Amino acid sequence: MEDEAENPRPISVALLVTCLVDLMRPNVGFAAVNLLQDAGCTVTVPRAQSCCGQPAYNNGDESSTLAIGRQVIEVFESFDYVVVPSGSCGGMLREHYPRLFSADLEWVNRAYALAQKTYELTEFLVDVIGYKGGNSHYSGLCTYHDSCAGLRELGVRAQPRQLLAGVGDLELIEMNETDTCCGFGGTFSVKYPEISGRLAANKVANADRTDADTLLGGDLGCLLHLAGRMRREGRSLKVFHVAEVLAGMASGPSIGEPEASV
Amino acid sequence: MSTTTQTVTFGEQVDLALNNVSLQQAMGRAESGFVETRRHCVEAMPEFEALKDTARDIKEHTLEHLDSYLEFFEEKVIENGGTVHWASSGEEACRIILGICQQADARLVTKGKSMVAEEIHLNEALEKAGLEVVETDLGEYIIQLANEMPSHIIAPAMHKTRSQISELFHTHHQSLGYVDKTTTREEIVSEARQVLRDVFVSADVGITGANFLVAETGSNVIVTNEGNGDLTSCLPRVHIITAGIEKVIPSLEDLSVFLRLLARSATGQEMAAYTTLYTGPRRDDDPEGPEEYHVVLVDNGRSAMLAGNYRSMLRCIRCGACLNHCPVYTAIGGHSYGWIYTGPMGAVLTPLMTGLDNAYDLPNACTLNGRCQEVCPVRIPLPDFLRQHRVRQNQRRLGSGLSRRVVSMWAWLARRPRFYQAVMALPVRLLSYLGRHRGAFEKLPFGRGWTVVRDFPAPTGATFQQQWQKRKRSEP
Repeated sequence: MEDEAENPRPISVALLVTCLVDLMRPNVGFAAVNLLQDAGCTVTVPRAQSCCGQPAYNNGDESSTLAIGRQVIEVFESFDYVVVPSGSCGGMLREHYPRLFSADLEWVNRAYALAQKTYELTEFLVDVIGYKGGNSHYSGLCTYHDSCAGLRELGVRAQPRQLLAGVGDLELIEMNETDTCCGFGGTFSVKYPEISGRLAANKVANADRTDADTLLGGDLGCLLHLAGRMRREGRSLKVFHVAEVLAGMASGPSIGEPEASV
Repeated sequence: MSTTTQTVTFGEQVDLALNNVSLQQAMGRAESGFVETRRHCVEAMPEFEALKDTARDIKEHTLEHLDSYLEFFEEKVIENGGTVHWASSGEEACRIILGICQQADARLVTKGKSMVAEEIHLNEALEKAGLEVVETDLGEYIIQLANEMPSHIIAPAMHKTRSQISELFHTHHQSLGYVDKTTTREEIVSEARQVLRDVFVSADVGITGANFLVAETGSNVIVTNEGNGDLTSCLPRVHIITAGIEKVIPSLEDLSVFLRLLARSATGQEMAAYTTLYTGPRRDDDPEGPEEYHVVLVDNGRSAMLAGNYRSMLRCIRCGACLNHCPVYTAIGGHSYGWIYTGPMGAVLTPLMTGLDNAYDLPNACTLNGRCQEVCPVRIPLPDFLRQHRVRQNQRRLGSGLSRRVVSMWAWLARRPRFYQAVMALPVRLLSYLGRHRGAFEKLPFGRGWTVVRDFPAPTGATFQQQWQKRKRSEP
């Protein structure tokens, strides 16, 4: 950061990696760390994290949700900010935790305090830090899928597009119905696969109709689902998390693509 | 799901719907039409979001004092020369309405579109007693001929294509002298108008719903695009209005707020073609109008809803915006929901009215994408209500025991992060090794729920936590 003198203590950010990034695509986590560090933040990745609790929450298992929520609050509340490379998990912490704990004064206060400093990654970079972007390049025609929770719970829409506009050689083209659900919906995707698959097919068709060669988004759940559907339909679009492209870490295989054979 | 009228399971119904070519055709066209027209209308009205707040507040206020407003309304109706009947259940409402019809020696009854009448199975009750009942809303008329339930609360025959309607008319209208099959939109509508014209003038009783009841004046308000509601209300000797108790609003001033929201939200029109206020029976100097004016106020579970956690569901003005914007509804059509209330509002209402165990899938077959709540003109938190249903289902151990066990096992692990990380690292390592040359799996043991419709992208190496710990160790 340029203004070291004015800003003596760097901003301390905890990364909530999300269970999907942790297990399925660590590159997204490293991309998020690099972006945050490039923006001048000190990044900590607390070890005692697993998941934000949405699978329990969305399946009506209230006591498990509360137990996991308390754990997340305890681990993350001491940092200046909590940043999440997912609108869905970000929305869980910011919109849902405070309401979940509404019957418990101590915990509702702690949940509310956590909510106040929780941000989705691109939202944090643009709205809080004013990050202008690094020197990353990505040569491709990209289209962007707005994930529902990010869009409707957190208002994430302009931020990723603004950051992508600063990526060299990247061109963005909007598809029809960018704000229609892709049909992932967490455990919905495996409980009602036929409906989920139909919504994915609609989304993939909309993306393909743009002539884009790459589909980007801010939620790995949607992206795994859409990449899997594209593979199944034999479509050739590459799928990346927006953080990978912004951090210049999208040179490897895209989601669902094999490693280049040696 | 098995409700009163259906024995096919939700899953079977969904499979049928997804593979029904004409349904998919009909739904695709209708849905994108309503969504686009609404978008244009809303964009042209900067105060739309503020108006939604006002509408929500008016409804909340009215629900808070519902008993008083209903009594104000009743007083006014009596003052105007009409009668108000109170029905606590659907059966009671049907009995009251049948009684009025019999009192009037009715044989032929015309009906405007009314979701409450569908809810209480009014047609069945009247027909069983020997009355002839004819639906006069074009969509309702079509599904009456087809002997089906409505699939959409404002466009009941949305699931039908034009050629299906053409066939249906051909089958039913030949005996009335319409020998040639009509195929164009204009011909079909014109044939329906001719057939219904005769019915309108000879009906003894007209039954309509009400979009709103105005306490200040004792009026019922009907909003339609076909004018059939007016012919049903004015021409017969007796006019009966069926309405849920939540339909009352305080004043005409309030009505203006809802009229600005309703058509925009429903069909993307600034106003529907016909908006009519009916205030009592024909007065001496009126050129026309019914001799008797009856309002049947139906509770049927609503006051229980008023007292519980789902109260704000009673704000619903039945515009259908949540249906039109629901990707699941659009994919599977209204009939998959198994009852007359469909889409997100139906997924909330049906379990409340027919039982949580009767309608297990409805609250669950939703991605919680939140678009319904975003477009709702009275800001009903529909996704939260669906989650509440899930909590109650979980508490009552409804649904698949296996999926409940998997979630609670996973939650147990998630509460022990170190152990969780160690356990999860094993399948991740295995799958990333097996998947490194193919990138994704077409099939996985225990993974059918995923792989039946899409490949499973392989994890890419060790977990983030493992790699992060390794990186930290190697740092000075």
